[in-house]
Amino acid sequence: MSSRLDTPRRVGLLVTCLMDAMRPAAAFATVRLLEAAGFTVDVPRAQTCCGQPGYNGADEQTARALARRVMEMFADHEAVIVPSGSCAGMLIHHYPKLCAPGTAEHAAAALAAKTSELCAFLHRHDVQPLEKRWRGGKVVWHDSCASLRESSTAEAARAVLGKIDGLDLMEAAEAESCCGFGGLFAVKLPELSLELADRKIAALMATGADIVCGPDPGCLLHLESRIRARDLPLRVMHVAELLAGEAPS
Amino acid sequence: MSFRARSRAALADAALQKALANVPPGFVAKRARAVAAWADFESVRKTAAAHKRAVLADLETHLARFTERAEAAGARVHRAANAGRARAVITGILRRAGARAVVKGKSMVSEEIDLTAALEEAGFAVTETDLGEYIIQLRHERPSHIIAPAVHLSREQIAADFLNAHDDLPPDRDMADNAALVEEARAVLRQRFCAADAGIIGANALIAETGTTMLVTNEGNGDLCANLPRLLIVIASIEKLVVDFAGAANLIRLLARSATGQEISVYTSFFTGVRRDDEAGGPEEMHIVLLDNGRRALLGTPFSDMLACIRCGACLNHCPVFQAVGGHAYGDVYPGPMGLALQPALKPAALEDGIIEGCTMCGRCAEVCPMLIPLPDLIRQHRFRAHEKGYGARAVRGGLRLWAWLAARPAAYRLATRLGGWLLRRFPMLARARGRKLPAPAGAPFMVRRRS
Ligand code: SF4
Repeated sequence: MSSRLDTPRRVGLLVTCLMDAMRPAAAFATVRLLEAAGFTVDVPRAQTCCGQPGYNGADEQTARALARRVMEMFADHEAVIVPSGSCAGMLIHHYPKLCAPGTAEHAAAALAAKTSELCAFLHRHDVQPLEKRWRGGKVVWHDSCASLRESSTAEAARAVLGKIDGLDLMEAAEAESCCGFGGLFAVKLPELSLELADRKIAALMATGADIVCGPDPGCLLHLESRIRARDLPLRVMHVAELLAGEAPS
Repeated sequence: MSFRARSRAALADAALQKALANVPPGFVAKRARAVAAWADFESVRKTAAAHKRAVLADLETHLARFTERAEAAGARVHRAANAGRARAVITGILRRAGARAVVKGKSMVSEEIDLTAALEEAGFAVTETDLGEYIIQLRHERPSHIIAPAVHLSREQIAADFLNAHDDLPPDRDMADNAALVEEARAVLRQRFCAADAGIIGANALIAETGTTMLVTNEGNGDLCANLPRLLIVIASIEKLVVDFAGAANLIRLLARSATGQEISVYTSFFTGVRRDDEAGGPEEMHIVLLDNGRRALLGTPFSDMLACIRCGACLNHCPVFQAVGGHAYGDVYPGPMGLALQPALKPAALEDGIIEGCTMCGRCAEVCPMLIPLPDLIRQHRFRAHEKGYGARAVRGGLRLWAWLAARPAAYRLATRLGGWLLRRFPMLARARGRKLPAPAGAPFMVRRRS
């Protein structure tokens, strides 16, 4: 836990493209959580996407161009918050790889150093959930691969959610295996992507949960689109929505 | 056939799916236990990975040293630049020695150069003696896994193959459990070992200090291949080099745990030269064939990391795609993450059929790789190259171009996300496609509403 002194008061938010377009409620929840904790949230107007589709999907040039944009737009912020494990991982681990020595490697390193995934940030600054007492049903947690391996989210999220009374977070079997989203993977190999989604959904539902909650809008959208197509009794919530006391959708 | 078509067929293959279901509880869980029980895993992993990279940085020196020591011990060392050359060298050795019956240990390099087929074509009688390899030889298949070649098969399938192949045995014999199958294979293979003129084995390491080749197996078949016939041929790729026994020992410790969760494989054998006068066993003639086949060209590129691979198979076992489709869907010798990273590096044509798309970038392979190979980064590099070459479906490429154009123009981008959300709300049938039903966003995009 840090003292009040090294706590940034004004933070930049990279809302991420999927949350912006497909899950705006989670973005508003993120802002409410941060503002309630006393932070001023700045949302640069020029933001679109962090570049992951190009980065993992083949187009290095575009990924690099978008990385440059993001680096510029947050150049003056003390801290940057990203409510998505994989987009946070993109800024923290992959932008530096896109900027060869002699290009923008210092800017990339500076951005990486001040970027946090939302849960990691909330945990580090001891931010309290707005939801005090949980009455919403049984919740199973879904780590995204990036939040396990790239953004130090896994423990932080459990710690922050642990502050909500009556919330008994369940863990699914095979929690470390991928849900099969993978960005363009889901587009290029749709059958495989659905198969992996079904395996993941089976593991999540085997816990008896009513709600799956996670830190990554990509995985959640992927799982939700499959859950809805199969008409399964499992609802989906982004961790910001749960912490901010939103009703499950 | 594309990777997508092959993976679709694999998903629809019930027998295959049943066999693959054994991978997570078997390999994954066992590796996890072995690594958790070994406090030195991280430090040995770092030491071994650094050792290998140092060897690669000075490969020629170590190769020369290995060659000199091995030849001093009475072996002959051959360099083969490519698969064809390696096959020709080995065929030549066998012919000159007047060999006919050959017993063979498991070796991925021999699969890479398609050795068995070439030798059979040249008139040699070749028997694969690793149980898994023996089974797939009967079936005329390729291995589906680099350490468990027959992992795609169920016991019932194997029993049926044995009934077919061993037609001199009573057809009503009991084949109900694994032990019976192993016993039967052992009896058949024993005759082949005793009758063999030559043995061919692979190597898990080449120890430069002493000119020794190292082999680990769980069945001991490699030792019989090496020690019973008078002629021994070891086939290995050049990156198997380590400096000394200490370097080899670290690989042994990492390999078994990463592969099967054992602390050490059942047999770990070292072969240094031919039988000496005071020795009771061992070959009278020993040849070591060192294969390049595109490897040296990787030095100095990002893909040289793949030359540190010890073929433990951990990346396959932990890969969600491999777990779902098995090894044959990859359509070549090396499957799973290591195959995605290696295959197109060795032969660029592999970029075209889409195997490099068979990765969700989940990163679990790199997390478990004992040699700290950044597999997703390497796979991504291949994707960049494929994209530059213009490969991939036209629709996806077009979509990426449109996305790139919009993402650089926030105003147009807002309009597009707004329109997309509106369409999904207004026309729910648009949300249904290919087994999915997208949830319609609740309201306009955040970035549109945040303005006010
Ligand atoms: S890439 Fe790593 S995990 Fe995969 S087979 Fe090679 S050494 Fe093992």
